Amino acid sequence: MLKSSVDRVAEATPHAIAGRMRGLSDRTLAWLFVAPSIVLLLAVNIFPLIWTIRLSFTNFRVNRPNAAVEFVGLKNYLNILSDRDIWLTMQATAHFLIWTIVLQVLIGFALAYLINKKFRGNDLWTTIIVLPMMLSPAVVGNFWTFLYQPQIGLFNYAVGFLTGADPSSFSMIGDVALAPWAIVIVDTWMWTPFVMLICLAGLRSIPPSIYEAAECDRASRWRQFWTITIPLVLPFLMLAVLFRGIENFKMFDLVVQLTGGGPGSITELTSINLKREAFEKWRTGYASAYAVILFVTVFGLASIYVKALNKVKQR
Amino acid sequence: MKFRHARFFAAFGALLAAGAAGTGQASAKELTLCWAAWDPANALVELSKDFEAKSGIKMKFEFVPWPNFADRMLNELNSGGKLCDLMIGDSQWIGGAAENGQYVKLNDFFDKEGIKMSDFIPATVVGYAEWPKNSPNYWAMPAFGDVVGWSYRKDWFSRPELQAEFKEKYGRELTVPKTFGELKDIAQFFQKREIDGKTVYGAAIYTERGSEGITMGVMDVLYSFGFKYENPDKPYELEGYVNSAEAVKGLEFYKELYDCCTPPGHSDAYMSEDIDAYKSGQVALHMNFAFTWPGINADANVGGDKSGYFPNPAGPEGAAYAQLGGQGISVVSSSEKQEDALAYIKWFAQPEIQQKWWQMGGYSALLKVVEDPGFATSQPYAQTFLDSMAIVQDFWAEPSYASLLQAAQKRFHDYVVAGQGTAEDALDGLVKDWTQVFDDEGKY
Amino acid sequence: MSSYSVTEPSLRQKWVAGILVVGYALITILPLIWIIATGFKTPSDAIAYPPKTFFTPTVEGYVNVFTTRTRLSQEQLQALGEPTTWYDKLVRKDGLVISGPSRFAERFTNSVIIGFGSTVLCIVLGTVAAYAFSRFKVPLKDDLLFFILSTRMMPPIAVAIPIFLMFRSLGLSDTHAGMILLYTAVNLSLSVWLLKGFIDEIPVEYEEAALIDGYTRFQAFYKVVLPQAATGIASTAIFCLIFAWNEYAFAVLLTSGNAQTAPPFIPTIIGVSGQDWPAVAAGATIFLVPVMVFTILLRKHLLRGITFGAVRK
Repeated sequence: MLKSSVDRVAEATPHAIAGRMRGLSDRTLAWLFVAPSIVLLLAVNIFPLIWTIRLSFTNFRVNRPNAAVEFVGLKNYLNILSDRDIWLTMQATAHFLIWTIVLQVLIGFALAYLINKKFRGNDLWTTIIVLPMMLSPAVVGNFWTFLYQPQIGLFNYAVGFLTGADPSSFSMIGDVALAPWAIVIVDTWMWTPFVMLICLAGLRSIPPSIYEAAECDRASRWRQFWTITIPLVLPFLMLAVLFRGIENFKMFDLVVQLTGGGPGSITELTSINLKREAFEKWRTGYASAYAVILFVTVFGLASIYVKALNKVKQR
Repeated sequence: MKFRHARFFAAFGALLAAGAAGTGQASAKELTLCWAAWDPANALVELSKDFEAKSGIKMKFEFVPWPNFADRMLNELNSGGKLCDLMIGDSQWIGGAAENGQYVKLNDFFDKEGIKMSDFIPATVVGYAEWPKNSPNYWAMPAFGDVVGWSYRKDWFSRPELQAEFKEKYGRELTVPKTFGELKDIAQFFQKREIDGKTVYGAAIYTERGSEGITMGVMDVLYSFGFKYENPDKPYELEGYVNSAEAVKGLEFYKELYDCCTPPGHSDAYMSEDIDAYKSGQVALHMNFAFTWPGINADANVGGDKSGYFPNPAGPEGAAYAQLGGQGISVVSSSEKQEDALAYIKWFAQPEIQQKWWQMGGYSALLKVVEDPGFATSQPYAQTFLDSMAIVQDFWAEPSYASLLQAAQKRFHDYVVAGQGTAEDALDGLVKDWTQVFDDEGKY
Repeated sequence: MSSYSVTEPSLRQKWVAGILVVGYALITILPLIWIIATGFKTPSDAIAYPPKTFFTPTVEGYVNVFTTRTRLSQEQLQALGEPTTWYDKLVRKDGLVISGPSRFAERFTNSVIIGFGSTVLCIVLGTVAAYAFSRFKVPLKDDLLFFILSTRMMPPIAVAIPIFLMFRSLGLSDTHAGMILLYTAVNLSLSVWLLKGFIDEIPVEYEEAALIDGYTRFQAFYKVVLPQAATGIASTAIFCLIFAWNEYAFAVLLTSGNAQTAPPFIPTIIGVSGQDWPAVAAGATIFLVPVMVFTILLRKHLLRGITFGAVRK
């Protein structure tokens, strides 16, 4: 069942039973129960966020405790937004984001569609397909560098075997043209099952009676697919895209282990770039401004998207 | 089979328990030394057993592999961590560590204990210990001398049929190259050649993107071609020095070498990838820091007479320089055991310990060790080490070194490996980046 | 082209679907099998060209991942005498001796401590908060719930900058306590949202009956709701554990010698010289096995867990 936060809060309307109890009042208990979580989140998320915003207007550097911290106004923000290299990392991120989502939606939906045919043993095979996404992305990324090695890597060897090309004639993570696809392939390998599971839930939520009715109207299978299946699965699909979009916008561990942003800066996603600024060059103030820009971007895009999602659901 | 498994799990359990116990007891006197995870570090563990026996202090070691070394350790210093009491930190960190008070200044200690910096190879004192450079302010004691040089397959070079073919093709003997131009010819000669039924390649060079790899490689060539970091008369003036016509030629050369003569998939190689390529018999020439030579000399595949060593060849104008590696040993300011840490340095400075250090594969920087008449012939690579050490140059050691290095990594990798733009663009861009960094530092 | 059927899909459709799905599953599992297999190869088999499908298995990789080794010269080796244990024998044939345990066991232990510590804390905080959100009128409930969820949208590297500063000034850098707190905070959103879903599904009538029987509200929560929510709590716990287990970005930036977990450590496992792939594969396998087991145990709740309870089937 698909629910927005609003629906779910509405459903959980409290029941008027408070008068009957002894001991702590519901009100006290509610605060007692909620407060620790909120305090922890304020301490570890919100307080640091405010601190980040404050730092983003300064030239502070963690590795220069003795240097004077100056207020520089919007300089950090202007420098970032006018930096061509940062726009290139945004482009790299966009390429990664778009292609992983396209591939994962297509393959994930197709798989879910097939699994929904309920052939024997589909449970077992679903579990096997799901395994990659439960693994540690850093460990996976590291190991894929091995699979991608031109002479000894399984991937190159398999491609060579299937196409007859010399396996050592191409290097997935060393070649400018191939590296952006190398990271897309690994991410797709890892996360297609995620989209698949959500699509499967969508397909299974469609009541058979709808198809029966369509069958009575002599609607063709093709027509049924486009007028029933797709619209009813769409909200699920959009949810999958939202989750993958947010996750891949944040992408760091897998790619940093796989290509380290190279060759050159071809696969340097924004998170990797930010890490270099913040924890290698130690330009803390500048990196804070960068982080704030990323927050705003992800929140902005996500909330526009959620609005669209809610619209689709209401249809 | 079952029995073996049982034993294995028992061993695993025991190790887990040992790990847990290790974290529990911190009361006994112990010191933690932080360094990179590599062959010399293993030798230092052995060497330090003498210190443990004499002082009763237990030595703990935290070794981090090279690609993560700077990241992890600078993070440790900047976070004011108490993990490391002693740090064998990279030469370029010295400026930042000194200016930000992360290392203890050692002048008084040296005076008190009679340790004289004039007893060490001058280049290592400037490179590893001094900040500001060429001033008598010491923040470390030279611990491990290192420099980029080359090893090559002597056995392949001495094959008559290859010698004949090479002579016919290039009109000279197949021997150790005297210039980078000759080096490229040799690499090209070996590229994709069948030797003993295996395809081999020309040269393993540095191309790593993440930390400092490609810069350490490119710089060797740039120095020898005529690159200068700044106007010798006007510090921090870069235009025309960093991006001089000679420097452009040097960078173009490095790209040609990368394109023509490296093994497949050599787009992200640093020390360990290059050793792998060389030891597995894939390449004829191998650029690496001198620390790799003892291991190569002892290797079953390529060791002994099969390998030879030579320092960086000369550029077109005849100048030859080599990138300095190596580290000094420092006491970390946030350590609570500075006295014990100084005792370790005092022990390490003794000539007989330094002599033993060299024997175990550590490149001592003590003049008494390296000027010993027997030194140059004590190992097949000893003379090459001395020759290379005489021509060293180092990267910026400014407090802002990390930003300078990151800029170089990006510009060099973008051009050499990713093939974007021209060498001129790359170096012009580098001037722009570095000028920006120095401008932020208030150097102009 | 196969398509919908009002009743069951036809046998032929099932066969086609089955073959395609099994084919995909086999391809997708191949890299995983390759990791596990590489752990049992010798270093030279691991980098053989072409890649070796059949090889003589060895546990050298597993020995290497738990030990550090030193290369000795022939004379030194002879002076040492015959190796006594099977693992000594194994490394001796490469001219090495075991010089001590590696850091792997420590890092693995750290992963266990931090993983379980943060999971327990997260479940305790999450359960009570979820119960309150599910049953009580909490002012600004909607906003608070969204706020909790939104904390998960921030890129970890961006969050890490202020956390780094905060931990440094509080002395929490590179400590188990610091990492447990951090992972708890990161996982709390997942735990609150998931558990609220599970608790929402427990009929309120049970508690009402208990209240009528004279239970206090807290007793009703403790004695009636908690047992009912046990399955949900267990699967939420596993999801929190898996996250903390796999997390890399915070671990690599905020831990080093003391509290470092396995994910930043495994890629840095190197041999005596150069990358030791069998040892990396062995370390990865040991690290991945628990997660694989959990995945199989969890398969019924998988979907709910990975979508924050937004999809419930």
